[in-house]
Amino acid sequence: MSKFTDDMRAEVARIVARYPEGKQKSALIPVLLMAQDACGNWLSPEVMDETAVLLGIEPIEVYEVATFYSMFNLQPVGRHVFEVCQTGPCMLKGCDDIIAHIRSRLGIGVGQTTPDGLFTLKAVECLGACGYAPMMQLGKHYREHLTPERVDAIIEECRNMSMA
Amino acid sequence: MSRKLLLEKADVPGIRGYDVYRQHGGYAAVEKALRMTPDEVVEEVKKSGLRGRGGAGFPTGMKWSFLAKPPGVPRYLVCNADESEPGTFKDRYLMEFLPHLLIEGLIASSWALGSNRTYIYIRGEYAWIVDILEQAIAEANAHGWLGTDIKGSGFDCQIYVQRGAGAYICGEETALIESLEGKRGNPRIKPPFPAVKGLWDCPTVVNNVETLAAVVPILNIGGEEYAKIGIGRSTGTKLISACGNINSPGVYEIDMTISVEEFIYSEEYCGGIAGGKRLKACIPGGSSVPILPANLLLRTAKGEPRMMTYEGLSDGGFQTGSMMGSGGFIVLDEDQCVVRHTLTLARFYRHESCGQCSPCREGTGWMEKILHRIEHGQGRMEDIDLLWDIQRRIEGNTICPLGDAAAWPVAAAIRHFRDEFEWHVIQPEACQRRNFGLAHYAEELVPA
Repeated sequence: MSKFTDDMRAEVARIVARYPEGKQKSALIPVLLMAQDACGNWLSPEVMDETAVLLGIEPIEVYEVATFYSMFNLQPVGRHVFEVCQTGPCMLKGCDDIIAHIRSRLGIGVGQTTPDGLFTLKAVECLGACGYAPMMQLGKHYREHLTPERVDAIIEECRNMSMA
Repeated sequence: MSRKLLLEKADVPGIRGYDVYRQHGGYAAVEKALRMTPDEVVEEVKKSGLRGRGGAGFPTGMKWSFLAKPPGVPRYLVCNADESEPGTFKDRYLMEFLPHLLIEGLIASSWALGSNRTYIYIRGEYAWIVDILEQAIAEANAHGWLGTDIKGSGFDCQIYVQRGAGAYICGEETALIESLEGKRGNPRIKPPFPAVKGLWDCPTVVNNVETLAAVVPILNIGGEEYAKIGIGRSTGTKLISACGNINSPGVYEIDMTISVEEFIYSEEYCGGIAGGKRLKACIPGGSSVPILPANLLLRTAKGEPRMMTYEGLSDGGFQTGSMMGSGGFIVLDEDQCVVRHTLTLARFYRHESCGQCSPCREGTGWMEKILHRIEHGQGRMEDIDLLWDIQRRIEGNTICPLGDAAAWPVAAAIRHFRDEFEWHVIQPEACQRRNFGLAHYAEELVPA
């Protein structure tokens, strides 16, 4: 069964239209981002294979791109992914303490997902929010100026969202 | 008070929207450009002395004049919004709060270069900014600044936003082009340069966000007027994103006439070191450029005040100076550990190496491993020389500048803070207690 709904196919057509005739391979990264968003925040082999068919390229061309860029999840992840920046400027502002706090609150290590499938914790490299450190990406947005209290509130917010 | 050309209207309520932006003189630069020939616009940018704001500092007008113009072949302008250099968050600020300034700069620049399809390649993590830019593009379209026959000029132009998906290397222009073509971000061997063979093998110019936004004030006030701001070859204004242990982190626009000391301690900018602590060190131009201890940061080796200009920051070369780079200004206070900070940067470059060139692919991993053991109390004294040796063999031996970018922070950390590395080897327990044995780095630094 197709992983691409009619809406998604229409979006693929809109993306492909940004490029000159015959250059539809350029749509690959935007299409994979869109598909990942629509298909549970990860790229299954089926989604990647179908992307190849839609763009008229070989599956290997999709795999080599999907494995190169850090935003593509090739395994299922939790419903809420905490991507905490750990590069220099965030380190200066205490990101190690924030990561330690999240680990103890969620009872998982970096790279792990909680057994209920709600949270995944990732330590990532610079996200361009150095002046507002420590910070993390949560979905489409950044959460900045993190403190242990603020992290607790975010965890609560995510739990409430999942219950709603 | 620095003169402001880019952020002058950043605080105007509603400036993100088209109407307010237009009421405040927006799109006048496009009107002006369309009355000029494309070559005249290029000439104006040359006269301004504008240098690339992404990090390399190459003269923009000269880069534009290299663009090949074979008949019948499309040319492309690509805006590099892949801002990923640790310490750098200025382009994000500009796009988030003044999206029309970038769009206006892109239209004027597209006219100058003859680009009918212009792409903004933005790092994938800036997902919400994509919406802001697309909104601005839609407004520009609705008001006839984009599309076919723009304002009766006969010039057609459309701007598209392309998201990346997490790869620092895509800030390198040929890697960016590869990525825009739907491939892994592996930098290309140059030559051919993008100006001859770039996007889809067509002549292409890739410029940073801030560079293209600066075209707007250049056209508005004239290249000659723009060139009068600043010192020497550092013309105009520069956005500096300041972070680390300072009282007021944020994005500041400076005309390039102030000293580093003023930038750090003045209330107008960083507001001094947080918590009343002393300044230990600073990486003034994004993580790739050499770290400087406080004494060399504030004063050059000749004892003169160091200025916030391309030449000022690089005064003394890598022995006693650093670089303007991307303007990512990272400040470390006296309690910070240079070894640990360097380790995070080494990990960053190992993570971001595309893996094409052996010296970078292998060397960045080795450097991270060695720094990791030094930081964690398992270092050997000879490790410090080993690190030095590895960075030296990476530098200059790779296709793209990521190799240099990975080597320089390690080299500078050893060059200026060697005794801190030695202290880690000799006194690992002390380091665990955050005693890095080197308060003396901060000693000469209390501002007068």
